[in-house]
Amino acid sequence: MIRKTFAAACIGLAALAAAPADAQNLRIALREDPDILDPTLSRTYVGRIVYMGVCDKLFDINDKLEAVPQLATGYRWEDPTTLIITLRQGVRFHDGEVMDAEAVRYSLNRHLTMQGSFRRGEMGDITAIEVVDPQTVRIKLGAPNASFIAALTDRAGMILSPKAAEAAGRNFGTRPVCAGPMRFVERVAQERIVLERFPEYWDAGNIHLNRVTYLPIPDNTVRLANLQSGAAEFGERMEPDDLRAIQRNRNLRGVAVEELGWQSIQFNVNNGERSAPLRDPRVRRAFELSVDRAAINQVVYEGMFSPTRQPIPPASAFRIPNFDPPARNVNAARALLREAGVTTPLQLEFTVPNNPDLRQVGEVVQAMAREAGFEITLRAMEFASSLQAAQRGDFQLYLVGWSGRTDPDGNIHSFMHTRGGQNDGKYSNPEVDRLLDAARVEGDVAKRRDLYRQAMEIAIGQDMGRMFVWHRKNIMIHSTRLTGYQPIADGMIRLQGMRLN
Amino acid sequence: MIAFLLRRVGQIIPTLIILSFLIFGLQQLMPGDPAVILAGEERGDPQVLAQIRAELKLDRPIWEQYLNWVGNVVQGDFGFSWRIRMPVAELILQKLPVTAQLATMAFIIGVVIGVPLGILSATRRDTPADFLANGIALFGISTPNFWLGIMMILLFSVQLGWLPPSGYVPLWEDPVQSLSTTIMPAFVLGTGVASVLMRHTRAAMLTALSQDYVRTARAKGLAEKVVVWKHALRNALIPVVTLGTIEFGRLLAGAVLTEQIFTIPGFGKLVVDAVFNRDYPVVQGVVLATALIFVVLSLVADLLYMAINPRLRTA
Repeated sequence: MIRKTFAAACIGLAALAAAPADAQNLRIALREDPDILDPTLSRTYVGRIVYMGVCDKLFDINDKLEAVPQLATGYRWEDPTTLIITLRQGVRFHDGEVMDAEAVRYSLNRHLTMQGSFRRGEMGDITAIEVVDPQTVRIKLGAPNASFIAALTDRAGMILSPKAAEAAGRNFGTRPVCAGPMRFVERVAQERIVLERFPEYWDAGNIHLNRVTYLPIPDNTVRLANLQSGAAEFGERMEPDDLRAIQRNRNLRGVAVEELGWQSIQFNVNNGERSAPLRDPRVRRAFELSVDRAAINQVVYEGMFSPTRQPIPPASAFRIPNFDPPARNVNAARALLREAGVTTPLQLEFTVPNNPDLRQVGEVVQAMAREAGFEITLRAMEFASSLQAAQRGDFQLYLVGWSGRTDPDGNIHSFMHTRGGQNDGKYSNPEVDRLLDAARVEGDVAKRRDLYRQAMEIAIGQDMGRMFVWHRKNIMIHSTRLTGYQPIADGMIRLQGMRLN
Repeated sequence: MIAFLLRRVGQIIPTLIILSFLIFGLQQLMPGDPAVILAGEERGDPQVLAQIRAELKLDRPIWEQYLNWVGNVVQGDFGFSWRIRMPVAELILQKLPVTAQLATMAFIIGVVIGVPLGILSATRRDTPADFLANGIALFGISTPNFWLGIMMILLFSVQLGWLPPSGYVPLWEDPVQSLSTTIMPAFVLGTGVASVLMRHTRAAMLTALSQDYVRTARAKGLAEKVVVWKHALRNALIPVVTLGTIEFGRLLAGAVLTEQIFTIPGFGKLVVDAVFNRDYPVVQGVVLATALIFVVLSLVADLLYMAINPRLRTA
């Protein structure tokens, strides 16, 4: 009797709960809950996914990572430090205000000057922003900057409604008003962010969804269960083994695309006392030779990811050709250690963030390096604590990744330059610094790629300043009812063209 | 009675002061610089870090930070979440009803299963019914919540498609959706509570049933039902009530794993995310609110004793 009642109750609830959702109501399961939704103040990767719905940018990127017009219609350099941007006509913000050159000037100025802005560093040295006419803006830079347009393809290029931004001040992020395809409806922290179609969007013909709900579901198993049960139609940053789990599911489709970022093993080259065993580049090269990147990829990630030796992503035009990881060579590694005068086994500590897959990477590295004469102890640390330890030099080897940027400068300078803010291992080589600085201002793609090639041949080939290990893939799983998703290396979910059938 | 109440309320104030020290002090011991976490991928820029520290007053002495926080809390201002810039009080008020709903449902399930099973087990001691009840309790205590939760999702959501695995909405917004998303987590939490209550009810009942007054009642020729329910159970309930309020408080403090698995945006999830993001104002606010809930519940337990046992009313 009880069982029957329970079953009947469940079926009743299910019938009501599973009532057909709005045909064009897309539910996206996010891996984390975004931080504040203010393009000037926000910092998280996941927040950028939500901005794809709310805030259009001056430029977007295509699958070749090239800048393509969005709110802008084009750009030209008047001289190496003066940029002219022309704007699309007839664009309106969600509050009905017109998006024009004045709004662009206001937004860029806000990104540059607002207290607590995280965009200032990305925008380089802007000396003036001038309104030429309602559809044209002139931006003057203090020095040539080859990555400037790339910065405008992300949050620094997002244009906000000046009226709404002025009225809301620092609370703008609780109710963002931009010129994206969807307008903000509500946010319940850790529960949902809801957007609805903005009928006056400049590209409205390309928007078929009526409502988009972002659901932060951090646990991967649960995110997958939500997709399997139809409680969400799209899941971002899924795990490699999820693709196998959905192989027989006719309602779900998996898409894997190379990411912009990288995973690396950072050496403590010269940051405090703990760097002593790794100051000699021969020891670092020996460590690299003892590790088989492809084996890590195979054992931990089912061969899904791409082993690498460089920080430039496979999709980038600046990817250095023929700069691949060397084959594992235990004998050569042992010989290098002998040459460096090291008594084996060499004791080293390997800090890994406390995630199951990264701990497993640590164990695989530990096992491989042992054969070459490294005695590695693993130190699994919560991510926040590991960052702090790395900054103060309390590490020897540190497994750390980067989400990646479209422009190569964002993937290299901060990590390999002597003054790089995230160069916690304090690797330093004046020639590498010179080449990276030169690449930063070089506008020609071929010349710039060559500068990066030279820099990486020294920093990695010769000095082994940091060991880049693999590029992940952005694994997206979505309902087969969904069409029009454009997989692009930045991992963003662009709503243009998406439709639920 | 009123004097007792006033005395108990008076005791709450020093308790809260000591708690505020503990909350603030323990948090300072946490490794990981909040400025580095908040800076995200801009953490390499010392200017950004200095800016965050200045903005959040992290560059001030700890005693000043503490007095600042306590001063504001006394005026009802719990501060802003550093991460999403929402007022902490608003976040607490948003999450408390969620957790309260889940805790109440779980507690009801726990009591409905646990207490009758305990009574059955004690009155049918050493019979198959007793063994079965003990087996159920053992299962409830020893099954990890995250495992049971994921199994329930796989069965009821993925395989059978009866219940949604997540998608909580408040009870007043859509009662059906709300109940259908909370029934599984409530059951997961409720089984744990039921097991504990069952074991304690059984022990307390066994003690009560061996007392002289029960023998006297039986000797008077009272029906067994009256002996068990009116004489033995009422006396056995005192330790069960104590335990019940502790369990309820524990549920209200947030069931971290269960909330995480079913994506229930309650207290547990709020505090765990806040700890990982070093969102100190949220951690402080939630822990303080939880402590307050416990203090109030222990007062409720004292009042319940009096309701159950008239002898305590004059004590």
